[in-house]
Amino acid sequence: MFEAAFTAPGALTQSLIGATPLVFVGLAAAAAFRMNLFNIGGEGQLYFGAIGSSAAGLLLAGQSTTVLIAAMMAAGMAAGAAWALIPGFLRAYLSTNEIITSLMLNYVAGLILTYLIFDSHSYWRDTTSASAAVFPVGKALPDAANWPTLGSSVVLPFGFLVGIGAAALLWALYSRTRFGFEVQVMSDSPRAARYSGMRTRRKILAVMALSGALAGLGGASQVGDFLHTLDADPKGLRAYGYGYTGIVVAALARYNPFAVVLVAFLLGGLQNAGSALQGPDFPSGLVGVMEGMILFTTLGGELLIRYRVRLQRKRSETVSPATGAAR
Amino acid sequence: MNNSILVVVIASGVAYGTPLLFAALGELLAERSGVLNLGVEGMMLVGAVMGFWAVQRIGGPGRTALFLAVAVAALAGALVALLFAFIVITLRANQIVSGLALTIFAGAAGLSSYLGNDLGLADAPAEHQFEPVDPFGLADVPILGPILFGQTWLVYLSWALVVVIALYLARTRPGLNVRAVGESPQTADAMGISVAAYRYAHVLAGGALAGVGGACFTLALTPQWVDGITGGAGWIAIALVIFSFWRPELCLVGAYFFGAFQALPFTLQARGVTIAPELFQALPYLMTVIVLVIVSSGIAKRRLGAPGALGLPFVREER
Repeated sequence: MFEAAFTAPGALTQSLIGATPLVFVGLAAAAAFRMNLFNIGGEGQLYFGAIGSSAAGLLLAGQSTTVLIAAMMAAGMAAGAAWALIPGFLRAYLSTNEIITSLMLNYVAGLILTYLIFDSHSYWRDTTSASAAVFPVGKALPDAANWPTLGSSVVLPFGFLVGIGAAALLWALYSRTRFGFEVQVMSDSPRAARYSGMRTRRKILAVMALSGALAGLGGASQVGDFLHTLDADPKGLRAYGYGYTGIVVAALARYNPFAVVLVAFLLGGLQNAGSALQGPDFPSGLVGVMEGMILFTTLGGELLIRYRVRLQRKRSETVSPATGAAR
Repeated sequence: MNNSILVVVIASGVAYGTPLLFAALGELLAERSGVLNLGVEGMMLVGAVMGFWAVQRIGGPGRTALFLAVAVAALAGALVALLFAFIVITLRANQIVSGLALTIFAGAAGLSSYLGNDLGLADAPAEHQFEPVDPFGLADVPILGPILFGQTWLVYLSWALVVVIALYLARTRPGLNVRAVGESPQTADAMGISVAAYRYAHVLAGGALAGVGGACFTLALTPQWVDGITGGAGWIAIALVIFSFWRPELCLVGAYFFGAFQALPFTLQARGVTIAPELFQALPYLMTVIVLVIVSSGIAKRRLGAPGALGLPFVREER
């Protein structure tokens, strides 16, 4: 299994490709969960990121690659943030539980995505080419909008690098700025935060927008790195449930941005190994079973950590996912 | 008259709403005891696959096999829920993350898919399926006939369940205790009620009902097994519990309402009306968001709101 995930020829590349979206959605979940804001809407925000970035790519056809990449990233982040601000606003001003609202909006976003390609003549849909007459597809983005890749034997998607950069920025934001400190206080003791005059509502909106922007960037990376079109096929972008896996990634990484990158890489490897090994001895469902078991063990183990905390203050954060994926 | 579009839509809304109703009643029991289980979709899918497996393997007359299959589905759902219950009640892990983990573990591309492929259930039609039965011979009565009497045994079973659960929560001692556990586990604990035992029992019951809900798909609605056959019904069921303000009797209405929205595009299509189906399919989710906003506003919160301790682990030594 380890061989199929990391050391077989081309396997590392495939694992990196699988890990790229998980980095973004994992960071998105980690950013929100740090403040006890349970944004489960990463999935929908990722779709919106894909919608926004593909619109930018189509609109700016003819521009240089640099302009296109910047515009696609910005549009993806803006669209994801906008979608995340709906539950954020409801939570901040109407104290509506964001867990369920963000979850429900995932489905609405998925239906909007389907509608844009399958049931309307929207800007994103390809209505001219011959294959599009048989099966509805999205317009192809201009070639200049393809994000570059790095390396030759092991191909590193540009999005993965962006993800590492985003992780570093998120880490700096949460551990080195006043903003991060206030978020920490609000999650540990909302009452203390209120007494000291922190603006909770604004912070909820800001954190939800940040989380949505990260997930939206994941959508932009999907479009720019791999799909090069707005993909609404139920077997395409929507099949993987990246947004939900992202929450698993964030939980395994204990909301630490750098650990998110590592866990995403390991889970990407696990999923890649699953599809590479798939066959009579290795039915397709096994990957989900293993992912779930790794997560259950980690979650269950937290109680033991909590109760032994005086004996071992510093605990390694990635031990259990690492051993889990190597199994 | 019995072919008029309204009657057809309501009758199919009842059929499509039944799996939602089973799963939502189960989730309602768990939530009333203070446990938010987001793994409904996973438990439904395991119930769906095991129910289908049972009906393929158990011989004998159709009706016996079918009811045994429903029992197997319930058992399978409860077993999966047991795992979740252990993690969140005994080990007190975060319920939200654990629930999502349960769906990843058990759902499409997880345990249910593994079981279905391993047991070789794909691409085979069901040996038996629930057919509409008409116990009183009233199916031809105008309007009410097809809606109330042209349904399967699963539908009649779900009606009985609504009554039983409503009475249980409102009129019995254990029902009162569950509500106490969900509203204020500290108080319940001080009264000598075992919070953990009540939560275990209701999460397991919730899993069993979700399993039956899943089996509604493979044994009645679409009698076959494909990966991810419930198509997100588990999430709608979670929405439905909120939509019905945590009341079983409103669950019934809500389930048929949501079921009708799922069935409406097909019915309209069959009659040559083309409207983007996404519009109808999005409505349950949007309405749930709206209801949630109403529920969380000040005045409604006291009368209609969520159980007070929903989603919080109970730690005796914490005050």
